[in-house]
Amino acid sequence: MAIKTSRLRDIPLAFAMLGPSLLVLLTFVLYPLGKAVWLGQQTCDVQGKNCKSVGWGQYTTVIKSDQFQHALWVTVKFALITVPIGLALGVGLAVLADKQLRGMRFFRTIFSSTIATSVAVASLMWLFLLQPSIGVLANLGWLHDIFPVIKEPGLLKDSGTALWSVGISSIWANLGFTFILVTAGLQSVPKEMHESAYVDGAGGWMRFTNVTLPLISPTLLFTTVVLTSRAFQAYGEMDLLTNGGPIPQDSTTTVTYLIYGSSSIIKNNDGLQAAVAVLLFVILLALSALQFRGFGKRVHYGS
Amino acid sequence: MALDTAPKGWRSVARYSMLTIVALFILFPVYTTVIAALKPGNRVLDNPLLPNAFTLDVLKDAWTQGRLGRYLMNTTVVALIITSVQLVTSIASAYAFSFLKFPLKRLVFGIFLSTMLVPLEVTLVINRRTIDSLGWLNSFQGLTVPFVATAFGTFLLRQVFMQIPPDLREAAQMDGLGHWGFMKEVAIPLVRPTLGALGLFSFLSSWNQYLWPSLITTEDDMNTVQTGLRHLASSDLDKPNLIMAGTIIAAVPILIVLVVFQKQLVRGLTAGAVKG
Repeated sequence: MAIKTSRLRDIPLAFAMLGPSLLVLLTFVLYPLGKAVWLGQQTCDVQGKNCKSVGWGQYTTVIKSDQFQHALWVTVKFALITVPIGLALGVGLAVLADKQLRGMRFFRTIFSSTIATSVAVASLMWLFLLQPSIGVLANLGWLHDIFPVIKEPGLLKDSGTALWSVGISSIWANLGFTFILVTAGLQSVPKEMHESAYVDGAGGWMRFTNVTLPLISPTLLFTTVVLTSRAFQAYGEMDLLTNGGPIPQDSTTTVTYLIYGSSSIIKNNDGLQAAVAVLLFVILLALSALQFRGFGKRVHYGS
Repeated sequence: MALDTAPKGWRSVARYSMLTIVALFILFPVYTTVIAALKPGNRVLDNPLLPNAFTLDVLKDAWTQGRLGRYLMNTTVVALIITSVQLVTSIASAYAFSFLKFPLKRLVFGIFLSTMLVPLEVTLVINRRTIDSLGWLNSFQGLTVPFVATAFGTFLLRQVFMQIPPDLREAAQMDGLGHWGFMKEVAIPLVRPTLGALGLFSFLSSWNQYLWPSLITTEDDMNTVQTGLRHLASSDLDKPNLIMAGTIIAAVPILIVLVVFQKQLVRGLTAGAVKG
Protein backbone atom coordinates (compact mmCIF):
# COMPACT_ATOMS: atom_id res chain seq x y z
CA MET A 1 0.00 0.00 0.00
CA ALA A 2 2.81 2.36 0.93
CA ILE A 3 4.47 1.58 -2.40
CA LYS A 4 1.25 2.25 -4.19
CA THR A 5 0.83 5.76 -2.77
CA SER A 6 4.42 6.77 -3.52
CA ARG A 7 3.95 5.43 -7.02
CA LEU A 8 1.05 7.78 -7.49
CA ARG A 9 2.61 10.72 -5.73
CA ASP A 10 5.43 11.02 -8.27
CA ILE A 11 3.09 11.04 -11.26
CA PRO A 12 2.66 14.82 -11.68
CA LEU A 13 6.40 15.40 -11.35
CA ALA A 14 7.23 12.55 -13.76
CA PHE A 15 4.72 13.97 -16.21
CA ALA A 16 6.29 17.41 -16.01
CA MET A 17 9.81 16.07 -16.44
CA LEU A 18 9.12 13.60 -19.24
CA GLY A 19 6.36 15.48 -21.02
CA PRO A 20 8.45 17.88 -23.11
CA SER A 21 10.88 15.20 -24.30
CA LEU A 22 8.09 12.77 -25.01
CA LEU A 23 6.17 15.37 -26.99
CA VAL A 24 9.18 16.19 -29.17
CA LEU A 25 10.19 12.56 -29.73
CA LEU A 26 6.65 11.50 -30.58
CA THR A 27 6.05 14.45 -32.93
CA PHE A 28 9.38 14.47 -34.74
CA VAL A 29 10.60 10.85 -34.62
CA LEU A 30 7.86 8.29 -34.11
CA TYR A 31 4.95 10.05 -35.77
CA PRO A 32 6.97 10.81 -38.94
CA LEU A 33 8.10 7.19 -39.08
CA GLY A 34 4.54 5.91 -38.92
CA LYS A 35 3.29 8.63 -41.24
CA ALA A 36 6.05 7.88 -43.75
CA VAL A 37 5.00 4.22 -43.86
CA TRP A 38 1.43 5.36 -44.62
CA LEU A 39 2.39 8.08 -47.09
CA GLY A 40 4.56 5.52 -48.90
CA GLN A 41 1.43 3.95 -50.38
CA GLN A 42 -0.08 7.27 -51.42
CA THR A 43 0.34 9.67 -54.25
CA CYS A 44 0.10 13.44 -53.86
CA ASP A 45 0.04 16.44 -56.16
CA VAL A 46 3.26 18.40 -56.79
CA GLN A 47 2.63 20.63 -53.77
CA GLY A 48 2.48 17.50 -51.60
CA LYS A 49 -1.23 18.04 -50.91
CA ASN A 50 -4.37 15.99 -51.69
CA CYS A 51 -2.74 12.63 -51.09
CA LYS A 52 -4.66 9.53 -52.13
CA SER A 53 -3.92 5.88 -51.45
CA VAL A 54 -2.73 3.89 -54.41
CA GLY A 55 -2.10 0.68 -52.52
CA TRP A 56 0.82 -1.01 -50.81
CA GLY A 57 1.98 -2.22 -54.19
CA GLN A 58 3.70 1.16 -54.49
CA TYR A 59 6.46 -0.21 -52.27
CA THR A 60 6.96 -3.18 -54.60
CA THR A 61 6.97 -0.84 -57.57
CA VAL A 62 9.69 1.23 -55.93
CA ILE A 63 11.79 -1.82 -55.02
CA LYS A 64 11.54 -3.10 -58.58
CA SER A 65 12.28 0.25 -60.19
CA ASP A 66 15.58 0.80 -61.96
CA GLN A 67 16.05 4.13 -60.16
CA PHE A 68 15.83 2.63 -56.67
CA GLN A 69 18.00 -0.36 -57.50
CA HIS A 70 20.56 1.88 -59.12
CA ALA A 71 20.62 4.23 -56.09
CA LEU A 72 21.00 1.28 -53.74
CA TRP A 73 23.88 -0.07 -55.79
CA VAL A 74 25.57 3.35 -55.83
CA THR A 75 25.13 3.55 -52.05
CA VAL A 76 26.64 0.10 -51.53
CA LYS A 77 29.57 0.98 -53.78
CA PHE A 78 30.04 4.24 -51.88
CA ALA A 79 30.12 2.34 -48.58
CA LEU A 80 32.52 -0.25 -50.02
CA ILE A 81 34.84 2.56 -51.09
CA THR A 82 34.69 4.73 -47.99
CA VAL A 83 34.41 2.28 -45.07
CA PRO A 84 37.33 -0.15 -45.62
CA ILE A 85 39.73 2.52 -46.88
CA GLY A 86 38.71 4.98 -44.18
CA LEU A 87 39.08 2.37 -41.45
CA ALA A 88 42.43 1.11 -42.73
CA LEU A 89 43.81 4.65 -42.99
CA GLY A 90 42.51 5.50 -39.53
CA VAL A 91 44.14 2.42 -37.99
CA GLY A 92 47.36 3.10 -39.90
CA LEU A 93 47.54 6.68 -38.70
CA ALA A 94 46.70 5.72 -35.12
CA VAL A 95 49.40 3.03 -35.04
CA LEU A 96 51.91 5.44 -36.60
CA ALA A 97 51.16 8.04 -33.94
CA ASP A 98 50.96 5.57 -31.04
CA LYS A 99 54.47 6.14 -29.68
CA GLN A 100 55.69 8.42 -26.94
CA LEU A 101 57.91 10.60 -29.08
CA ARG A 102 58.74 14.27 -28.96
CA GLY A 103 56.29 16.28 -31.04
CA MET A 104 53.70 13.53 -31.23
CA ARG A 105 50.98 15.80 -29.87
CA PHE A 106 51.52 18.03 -32.88
CA PHE A 107 51.04 15.16 -35.34
CA ARG A 108 48.03 13.87 -33.44
CA THR A 109 46.41 17.29 -33.67
CA ILE A 110 46.94 17.33 -37.43
CA PHE A 111 45.61 13.79 -37.85
CA SER A 112 42.50 14.66 -35.82
CA SER A 113 42.00 17.99 -37.54
CA THR A 114 39.51 16.96 -40.21
CA ILE A 115 36.94 16.35 -37.48
CA ALA A 116 36.56 20.13 -37.37
CA THR A 117 35.20 20.20 -40.92
CA SER A 118 31.49 19.97 -41.52
CA VAL A 119 30.32 18.20 -44.63
CA ALA A 120 29.88 21.54 -46.38
CA VAL A 121 33.35 22.79 -45.46
CA ALA A 122 35.06 19.54 -46.45
CA SER A 123 33.11 19.22 -49.70
CA LEU A 124 33.86 22.77 -50.80
CA MET A 125 37.57 22.30 -50.07
CA TRP A 126 37.51 19.25 -52.34
CA LEU A 127 35.33 21.01 -54.90
CA PHE A 128 38.10 23.57 -55.22
CA LEU A 129 40.65 20.79 -55.73
CA LEU A 130 38.65 18.72 -58.22
CA GLN A 131 36.43 21.11 -60.18
CA PRO A 132 37.50 21.06 -63.87
CA SER A 133 37.58 24.83 -64.56
CA ILE A 134 38.34 26.58 -61.26
CA GLY A 135 39.92 23.56 -59.55
CA VAL A 136 43.51 23.37 -58.33
CA LEU A 137 44.33 20.07 -60.04
CA ALA A 138 42.88 21.22 -63.34
CA ASN A 139 45.13 24.27 -63.25
CA LEU A 140 48.32 22.29 -62.80
CA GLY A 141 49.44 21.85 -66.40
CA TRP A 142 51.76 18.88 -65.84
CA LEU A 143 49.12 16.96 -63.91
CA HIS A 144 46.30 17.12 -66.43
CA ASP A 145 48.79 16.30 -69.17
CA ILE A 146 49.26 12.95 -67.45
CA PHE A 147 45.59 12.52 -66.45
CA PRO A 148 43.49 14.37 -69.03
CA VAL A 149 40.28 13.33 -67.23
CA ILE A 150 41.04 16.01 -64.60
CA LYS A 151 40.27 18.72 -67.15
CA GLU A 152 38.05 16.96 -69.65
CA PRO A 153 35.41 16.26 -68.45
CA GLY A 154 36.70 16.59 -64.86
CA LEU A 155 36.95 14.06 -62.07
CA LEU A 156 33.53 14.99 -60.72
CA LYS A 157 31.92 14.94 -64.15
CA ASP A 158 33.26 11.65 -65.47
CA SER A 159 30.97 8.77 -64.65
CA GLY A 160 33.96 6.52 -63.99
CA THR A 161 35.66 8.76 -61.43
CA ALA A 162 32.81 10.78 -59.86
CA LEU A 163 31.89 8.33 -57.09
CA TRP A 164 35.55 7.76 -56.22
CA SER A 165 36.16 11.48 -56.04
CA VAL A 166 33.22 12.04 -53.72
CA GLY A 167 34.38 9.01 -51.74
CA ILE A 168 37.88 10.41 -51.26
CA SER A 169 36.49 13.71 -50.04
CA SER A 170 34.28 11.80 -47.61
CA ILE A 171 37.14 9.56 -46.40
CA TRP A 172 39.23 12.65 -45.76
CA ALA A 173 36.42 14.32 -43.83
CA ASN A 174 35.90 11.26 -41.62
CA LEU A 175 39.57 10.51 -41.08
CA GLY A 176 39.95 12.66 -37.96
CA PHE A 177 36.98 10.94 -36.35
CA THR A 178 38.31 7.45 -37.13
CA PHE A 179 41.80 8.40 -35.96
CA ILE A 180 40.56 9.69 -32.59
CA LEU A 181 38.45 6.60 -31.97
CA VAL A 182 41.17 4.10 -32.88
CA THR A 183 43.78 6.04 -30.89
CA ALA A 184 41.56 5.86 -27.81
CA GLY A 185 41.17 2.13 -28.45
CA LEU A 186 44.91 1.64 -28.73
CA GLN A 187 45.50 3.52 -25.51
CA SER A 188 43.19 1.17 -23.67
CA VAL A 189 45.36 -1.84 -24.62
CA PRO A 190 47.38 -2.73 -21.51
CA LYS A 191 51.13 -2.30 -22.00
CA GLU A 192 51.86 -5.65 -20.32
CA MET A 193 50.11 -7.44 -23.20
CA HIS A 194 52.66 -6.06 -25.63
CA GLU A 195 55.55 -6.72 -23.32
CA SER A 196 54.71 -10.35 -22.72
CA ALA A 197 54.24 -10.91 -26.46
CA TYR A 198 57.57 -9.20 -27.01
CA VAL A 199 59.22 -11.44 -24.46
CA ASP A 200 57.65 -14.43 -26.23
CA GLY A 201 59.54 -13.34 -29.33
CA ALA A 202 56.64 -11.98 -31.36
CA GLY A 203 57.73 -9.48 -34.02
CA GLY A 204 56.07 -6.13 -34.70
CA TRP A 205 53.57 -7.33 -37.31
CA MET A 206 52.69 -10.43 -35.28
CA ARG A 207 52.15 -8.36 -32.16
CA PHE A 208 49.91 -6.06 -34.18
CA THR A 209 47.74 -8.81 -35.70
CA ASN A 210 47.68 -11.19 -32.72
CA VAL A 211 47.58 -8.79 -29.79
CA THR A 212 46.59 -5.29 -30.80
CA LEU A 213 43.88 -5.98 -33.40
CA PRO A 214 41.87 -8.44 -31.28
CA LEU A 215 42.08 -6.12 -28.28
CA ILE A 216 40.80 -3.10 -30.19
CA SER A 217 38.14 -5.10 -32.05
CA PRO A 218 35.25 -3.50 -30.08
CA THR A 219 36.51 -0.10 -31.21
CA LEU A 220 36.86 -1.35 -34.79
CA LEU A 221 33.33 -2.74 -34.74
CA PHE A 222 31.91 0.51 -33.41
CA THR A 223 33.85 2.56 -35.97
CA THR A 224 32.77 0.29 -38.82
CA VAL A 225 29.12 0.56 -37.81
CA VAL A 226 29.29 4.35 -37.56
CA LEU A 227 31.18 4.76 -40.85
CA THR A 228 28.78 2.44 -42.65
CA SER A 229 25.71 4.26 -41.43
CA ARG A 230 27.35 7.58 -42.34
CA ALA A 231 28.05 6.25 -45.83
CA PHE A 232 24.43 5.17 -46.22
CA GLN A 233 23.19 8.55 -45.04
CA ALA A 234 25.71 10.69 -46.92
CA TYR A 235 24.03 13.59 -48.64
CA GLY A 236 25.95 16.87 -48.44
CA GLU A 237 28.89 15.54 -50.47
CA MET A 238 26.67 14.58 -53.36
CA ASP A 239 24.63 17.77 -53.13
CA LEU A 240 27.69 20.01 -53.28
CA LEU A 241 30.12 18.06 -55.44
CA THR A 242 28.09 16.30 -58.10
CA ASN A 243 24.34 16.90 -57.64
CA GLY A 244 23.91 13.17 -57.92
CA GLY A 245 25.46 13.27 -61.39
CA PRO A 246 26.98 13.10 -63.83
CA ILE A 247 23.81 12.55 -65.81
CA PRO A 248 22.52 10.44 -67.45
CA GLN A 249 24.31 7.71 -65.48
CA ASP A 250 23.45 9.35 -62.11
CA SER A 251 26.74 7.93 -60.88
CA THR A 252 26.50 9.48 -57.42
CA THR A 253 22.74 9.30 -56.80
CA THR A 254 22.65 7.41 -53.51
CA VAL A 255 19.44 6.39 -51.77
CA THR A 256 19.52 9.48 -49.54
CA TYR A 257 20.14 11.70 -52.56
CA LEU A 258 17.28 10.01 -54.38
CA ILE A 259 14.95 11.05 -51.54
CA TYR A 260 16.10 14.63 -50.98
CA GLY A 261 18.29 15.69 -53.89
CA SER A 262 17.36 18.84 -55.79
CA SER A 263 17.89 17.06 -59.10
CA SER A 264 16.33 13.78 -58.04
CA ILE A 265 13.72 12.29 -60.31
CA ILE A 266 11.22 12.03 -57.42
CA LYS A 267 11.82 15.43 -55.85
CA ASN A 268 8.22 16.53 -56.32
CA ASN A 269 6.62 13.27 -55.28
CA ASP A 270 6.12 13.04 -51.51
CA GLY A 271 4.63 9.56 -51.68
CA LEU A 272 7.61 8.05 -53.45
CA GLN A 273 10.04 9.98 -51.22
CA ALA A 274 8.34 8.52 -48.15
CA ALA A 275 8.42 5.01 -49.64
CA VAL A 276 12.17 5.26 -50.36
CA ALA A 277 12.78 6.72 -46.87
CA VAL A 278 10.99 3.76 -45.28
CA LEU A 279 13.03 1.35 -47.39
CA LEU A 280 16.20 3.15 -46.29
CA PHE A 281 15.13 2.66 -42.68
CA VAL A 282 14.62 -1.08 -43.23
CA ILE A 283 17.99 -1.36 -44.97
CA LEU A 284 19.82 0.46 -42.16
CA LEU A 285 18.15 -1.67 -39.49
CA ALA A 286 19.04 -4.89 -41.31
CA LEU A 287 22.56 -3.66 -41.86
CA SER A 288 23.32 -2.89 -38.23
CA ALA A 289 21.77 -6.18 -37.10
CA LEU A 290 23.96 -7.95 -39.64
CA GLN A 291 27.11 -6.14 -38.59
CA PHE A 292 26.60 -6.84 -34.92
CA ARG A 293 25.83 -10.50 -35.54
CA GLY A 294 28.47 -11.31 -38.12
CA PHE A 295 31.30 -9.19 -36.85
CA GLY A 296 30.15 -9.34 -33.22
CA LYS A 297 31.04 -13.01 -32.84
CA ARG A 298 34.66 -12.29 -33.60
CA VAL A 299 34.91 -9.26 -31.37
CA HIS A 300 36.98 -9.69 -28.25
CA TYR A 301 35.43 -7.89 -25.27
CA GLY A 302 37.85 -9.24 -22.70
CA SER A 303 36.75 -11.20 -19.69
CA MET B 1 59.88 -1.33 -18.85
CA ALA B 2 62.12 0.29 -21.38
CA LEU B 3 60.19 -1.12 -24.34
CA ASP B 4 58.18 1.98 -25.08
CA THR B 5 60.84 4.59 -24.70
CA ALA B 6 61.98 6.29 -27.88
CA PRO B 7 63.55 3.91 -30.37
CA LYS B 8 66.98 5.14 -31.35
CA GLY B 9 68.50 6.05 -34.69
CA TRP B 10 67.02 5.33 -38.07
CA ARG B 11 63.80 3.89 -36.71
CA SER B 12 62.68 7.18 -35.33
CA VAL B 13 63.92 9.04 -38.41
CA ALA B 14 61.78 6.71 -40.51
CA ARG B 15 58.80 7.28 -38.26
CA TYR B 16 59.15 11.06 -38.29
CA SER B 17 59.45 11.08 -42.09
CA MET B 18 56.31 8.96 -42.40
CA LEU B 19 54.44 11.17 -39.95
CA THR B 20 55.47 14.28 -41.85
CA ILE B 21 54.51 12.92 -45.26
CA VAL B 22 51.12 11.79 -44.01
CA ALA B 23 50.53 15.11 -42.25
CA LEU B 24 51.30 16.98 -45.49
CA PHE B 25 48.82 14.84 -47.40
CA ILE B 26 46.10 15.48 -44.84
CA LEU B 27 46.75 19.21 -44.76
CA PHE B 28 46.94 19.59 -48.55
CA PRO B 29 43.26 20.56 -49.08
CA VAL B 30 43.50 22.99 -46.16
CA TYR B 31 46.65 24.52 -47.62
CA THR B 32 45.13 25.12 -51.06
CA THR B 33 42.02 26.58 -49.42
CA VAL B 34 43.96 29.05 -47.27
CA ILE B 35 46.16 30.13 -50.18
CA ALA B 36 43.18 30.75 -52.43
CA ALA B 37 41.32 32.71 -49.76
CA LEU B 38 44.28 35.06 -49.38
CA LYS B 39 44.69 35.79 -53.09
CA PRO B 40 42.92 38.47 -55.10
CA GLY B 41 40.52 37.15 -57.72
CA ASN B 42 42.75 37.64 -60.76
CA ARG B 43 45.60 35.60 -59.25
CA VAL B 44 43.74 32.55 -57.90
CA LEU B 45 44.24 30.29 -60.86
CA ASP B 46 47.84 31.05 -61.76
CA ASN B 47 49.95 28.68 -59.75
CA PRO B 48 47.32 27.49 -57.29
CA LEU B 49 49.99 25.82 -55.15
CA LEU B 50 52.01 28.95 -54.45
CA PRO B 51 51.16 31.90 -52.20
CA ASN B 52 52.29 34.44 -54.81
CA ALA B 53 49.86 37.20 -53.83
CA PHE B 54 48.31 38.34 -50.59
CA THR B 55 45.18 40.21 -49.58
CA LEU B 56 42.70 40.13 -46.71
CA ASP B 57 39.98 41.76 -48.79
CA VAL B 58 38.48 38.46 -49.89
CA LEU B 59 37.94 37.36 -46.28
CA LYS B 60 36.28 40.75 -45.63
CA ASP B 61 34.11 40.34 -48.73
CA ALA B 62 33.05 36.87 -47.66
CA TRP B 63 32.06 38.22 -44.26
CA THR B 64 29.96 41.12 -45.55
CA GLN B 65 28.97 40.59 -49.17
CA GLY B 66 29.07 36.78 -48.86
CA ARG B 67 27.02 37.23 -45.65
CA LEU B 68 29.08 34.78 -43.60
CA GLY B 69 28.62 37.07 -40.59
CA ARG B 70 24.87 36.70 -40.80
CA TYR B 71 25.08 32.93 -41.33
CA LEU B 72 27.42 32.51 -38.36
CA MET B 73 25.04 34.40 -36.12
CA ASN B 74 22.10 32.24 -37.22
CA THR B 75 24.05 29.05 -36.65
CA THR B 76 25.27 30.16 -33.23
CA VAL B 77 21.71 30.91 -32.13
CA VAL B 78 20.45 27.58 -33.47
CA ALA B 79 23.28 25.52 -31.94
CA LEU B 80 23.05 27.23 -28.54
CA ILE B 81 19.27 26.81 -28.33
CA ILE B 82 19.41 23.14 -29.31
CA THR B 83 22.30 22.40 -26.95
CA SER B 84 20.95 24.13 -23.87
CA VAL B 85 17.39 22.87 -24.21
CA GLN B 86 18.68 19.36 -24.99
CA LEU B 87 20.71 19.36 -21.79
CA VAL B 88 17.70 20.43 -19.71
CA THR B 89 15.28 17.94 -21.26
CA SER B 90 17.84 15.13 -21.02
CA ILE B 91 18.55 15.80 -17.34
CA ALA B 92 14.84 16.00 -16.58
CA SER B 93 13.88 12.81 -18.34
CA ALA B 94 16.94 10.87 -17.15
CA TYR B 95 16.13 11.94 -13.60
CA ALA B 96 12.52 10.83 -13.95
CA PHE B 97 13.57 7.41 -15.25
CA SER B 98 16.12 6.98 -12.46
CA PHE B 99 14.47 8.34 -9.32
CA LEU B 100 10.73 8.65 -9.83
CA LYS B 101 8.16 5.93 -9.47
CA PHE B 102 5.30 6.00 -11.92
CA PRO B 103 3.20 3.51 -13.84
CA LEU B 104 4.20 2.40 -17.37
CA LYS B 105 7.78 3.44 -16.74
CA ARG B 106 9.21 0.56 -18.77
CA LEU B 107 6.92 1.29 -21.68
CA VAL B 108 7.83 4.98 -21.75
CA PHE B 109 11.52 4.13 -21.49
CA GLY B 110 11.06 1.68 -24.37
CA ILE B 111 9.51 4.45 -26.46
CA PHE B 112 12.52 6.66 -25.74
CA LEU B 113 14.97 3.93 -26.68
CA SER B 114 13.13 3.01 -29.87
CA THR B 115 13.60 6.53 -31.21
CA MET B 116 17.35 5.92 -31.24
CA LEU B 117 16.85 3.36 -34.01
CA VAL B 118 15.28 5.87 -36.38
CA PRO B 119 17.78 7.71 -38.58
CA LEU B 120 17.19 11.39 -39.25
CA GLU B 121 17.03 10.86 -43.00
CA VAL B 122 13.94 8.69 -42.62
CA THR B 123 11.84 11.23 -40.72
CA LEU B 124 12.66 14.45 -42.54
CA VAL B 125 10.26 13.85 -45.44
CA ILE B 126 7.39 14.09 -42.98
CA ASN B 127 8.99 16.64 -40.65
CA ARG B 128 9.25 19.08 -43.53
CA ARG B 129 5.47 18.74 -44.01
CA THR B 130 4.88 19.15 -40.26
CA ILE B 131 7.04 22.27 -40.06
CA ASP B 132 5.31 23.66 -43.15
CA SER B 133 1.87 23.13 -41.64
CA LEU B 134 3.01 24.84 -38.42
CA GLY B 135 4.13 27.81 -40.53
CA TRP B 136 7.72 27.34 -39.36
CA LEU B 137 9.57 27.25 -42.68
CA ASN B 138 12.41 29.80 -42.61
CA SER B 139 12.27 30.19 -38.85
CA PHE B 140 14.37 29.48 -35.79
CA GLN B 141 11.55 27.30 -34.42
CA GLY B 142 11.76 25.12 -37.50
CA LEU B 143 15.52 24.80 -37.21
CA THR B 144 15.54 23.96 -33.50
CA VAL B 145 12.32 22.47 -32.13
CA PRO B 146 12.59 19.02 -33.77
CA PHE B 147 15.94 18.51 -32.03
CA VAL B 148 15.42 19.83 -28.52
CA ALA B 149 14.94 16.38 -27.00
CA THR B 150 17.19 13.37 -27.39
CA ALA B 151 16.90 9.78 -26.28
CA PHE B 152 20.66 9.44 -26.57
CA GLY B 153 21.26 12.16 -23.98
CA THR B 154 18.58 10.75 -21.70
CA PHE B 155 20.09 7.30 -21.93
CA LEU B 156 23.65 8.52 -21.33
CA LEU B 157 22.72 10.52 -18.21
CA ARG B 158 20.50 7.75 -16.87
CA GLN B 159 23.48 5.39 -17.00
CA VAL B 160 25.32 7.71 -14.61
CA PHE B 161 22.30 8.36 -12.39
CA MET B 162 21.82 4.62 -11.95
CA GLN B 163 25.20 4.45 -10.22
CA ILE B 164 23.80 6.44 -7.30
CA PRO B 165 22.81 3.88 -4.65
CA PRO B 166 19.05 3.92 -3.85
CA ASP B 167 19.97 4.16 -0.16
CA LEU B 168 21.46 7.57 -0.77
CA ARG B 169 18.22 8.84 -2.25
CA GLU B 170 16.28 7.42 0.71
CA ALA B 171 18.65 8.92 3.25
CA ALA B 172 18.40 12.28 1.53
CA GLN B 173 14.63 12.03 1.56
CA MET B 174 14.65 11.37 5.31
CA ASP B 175 16.81 14.42 5.80
CA GLY B 176 14.03 16.33 4.14
CA LEU B 177 15.82 16.82 0.82
CA GLY B 178 13.21 16.92 -1.93
CA HIS B 179 13.73 15.96 -5.55
CA TRP B 180 14.81 19.44 -6.53
CA GLY B 181 17.42 19.58 -3.76
CA PHE B 182 18.67 16.07 -4.48
CA MET B 183 19.01 16.87 -8.15
CA LYS B 184 20.97 20.05 -7.43
CA GLU B 185 23.18 18.70 -4.64
CA VAL B 186 23.81 15.10 -5.69
CA ALA B 187 22.65 14.11 -9.16
CA ILE B 188 23.83 17.01 -11.32
CA PRO B 189 27.32 17.33 -9.79
CA LEU B 190 27.79 13.64 -10.51
CA VAL B 191 26.94 13.95 -14.20
CA ARG B 192 28.85 17.17 -14.82
CA PRO B 193 31.63 15.50 -16.93
CA THR B 194 29.02 13.62 -18.95
CA LEU B 195 27.07 16.85 -19.46
CA GLY B 196 30.21 18.42 -20.90
CA ALA B 197 30.64 15.65 -23.44
CA LEU B 198 26.93 15.61 -24.26
CA GLY B 199 26.82 19.38 -24.61
CA LEU B 200 29.77 19.41 -26.99
CA PHE B 201 28.26 16.57 -29.01
CA SER B 202 24.91 18.40 -29.33
CA PHE B 203 26.62 21.65 -30.22
CA LEU B 204 28.76 20.08 -32.95
CA SER B 205 25.98 18.05 -34.49
CA SER B 206 23.55 20.96 -34.55
CA TRP B 207 26.22 23.30 -35.90
CA ASN B 208 27.05 20.82 -38.67
CA GLN B 209 23.50 20.00 -39.73
CA TYR B 210 23.18 20.21 -43.48
CA LEU B 211 20.19 18.30 -44.83
CA TRP B 212 17.50 19.63 -42.49
CA PRO B 213 18.26 23.35 -42.84
CA SER B 214 18.54 22.94 -46.60
CA LEU B 215 15.03 21.41 -46.64
CA ILE B 216 13.25 24.15 -44.68
CA THR B 217 15.25 27.26 -45.59
CA THR B 218 14.47 29.20 -48.74
CA GLU B 219 15.19 32.76 -47.54
CA ASP B 220 18.83 33.79 -47.48
CA ASP B 221 18.31 35.58 -44.15
CA MET B 222 17.67 32.26 -42.42
CA ASN B 223 20.60 30.32 -43.87
CA THR B 224 22.91 28.62 -41.41
CA VAL B 225 26.63 28.51 -42.11
CA GLN B 226 26.27 25.17 -43.87
CA THR B 227 23.40 26.10 -46.16
CA GLY B 228 24.92 29.55 -46.54
CA LEU B 229 28.07 27.99 -47.96
CA ARG B 230 25.90 26.06 -50.37
CA HIS B 231 24.25 29.29 -51.43
CA LEU B 232 27.65 30.97 -51.84
CA ALA B 233 29.02 28.07 -53.88
CA SER B 234 26.08 28.03 -56.26
CA SER B 235 25.86 31.79 -56.79
CA ASP B 236 29.58 32.63 -56.94
CA LEU B 237 31.27 29.64 -58.56
CA ASP B 238 33.31 32.05 -60.66
CA LYS B 239 34.92 33.41 -57.48
CA PRO B 240 36.67 30.40 -55.98
CA ASN B 241 38.68 32.61 -53.61
CA LEU B 242 35.46 34.02 -52.14
CA ILE B 243 34.07 30.52 -51.62
CA MET B 244 37.29 29.36 -49.99
CA ALA B 245 37.32 32.42 -47.74
CA GLY B 246 33.76 31.56 -46.71
CA THR B 247 34.84 27.99 -46.04
CA ILE B 248 37.60 29.17 -43.71
CA ILE B 249 35.30 31.55 -41.84
CA ALA B 250 32.84 28.68 -41.41
CA ALA B 251 35.49 26.29 -40.11
CA VAL B 252 37.35 28.51 -37.64
CA PRO B 253 34.71 28.69 -34.86
CA ILE B 254 34.47 24.91 -34.68
CA LEU B 255 38.24 24.60 -34.68
CA ILE B 256 38.37 26.92 -31.66
CA VAL B 257 35.58 25.04 -29.88
CA LEU B 258 37.40 21.75 -30.44
CA VAL B 259 40.73 23.04 -29.18
CA VAL B 260 39.09 24.39 -26.03
CA PHE B 261 36.99 21.27 -25.39
CA GLN B 262 39.46 18.58 -26.48
CA LYS B 263 38.91 16.45 -23.39
CA GLN B 264 35.13 16.40 -23.72
CA LEU B 265 35.47 15.49 -27.39
CA VAL B 266 37.46 12.31 -26.83
CA ARG B 267 35.29 11.43 -23.88
CA GLY B 268 32.13 11.91 -25.90
CA LEU B 269 33.31 10.08 -29.01
CA THR B 270 34.55 7.08 -27.11
CA ALA B 271 31.46 6.82 -24.89
CA GLY B 272 30.18 4.00 -27.05
CA ALA B 273 33.42 2.74 -28.48
CA VAL B 274 35.66 1.53 -25.72
CA LYS B 275 34.74 -0.90 -23.05
CA GLY B 276 34.50 0.40 -19.48
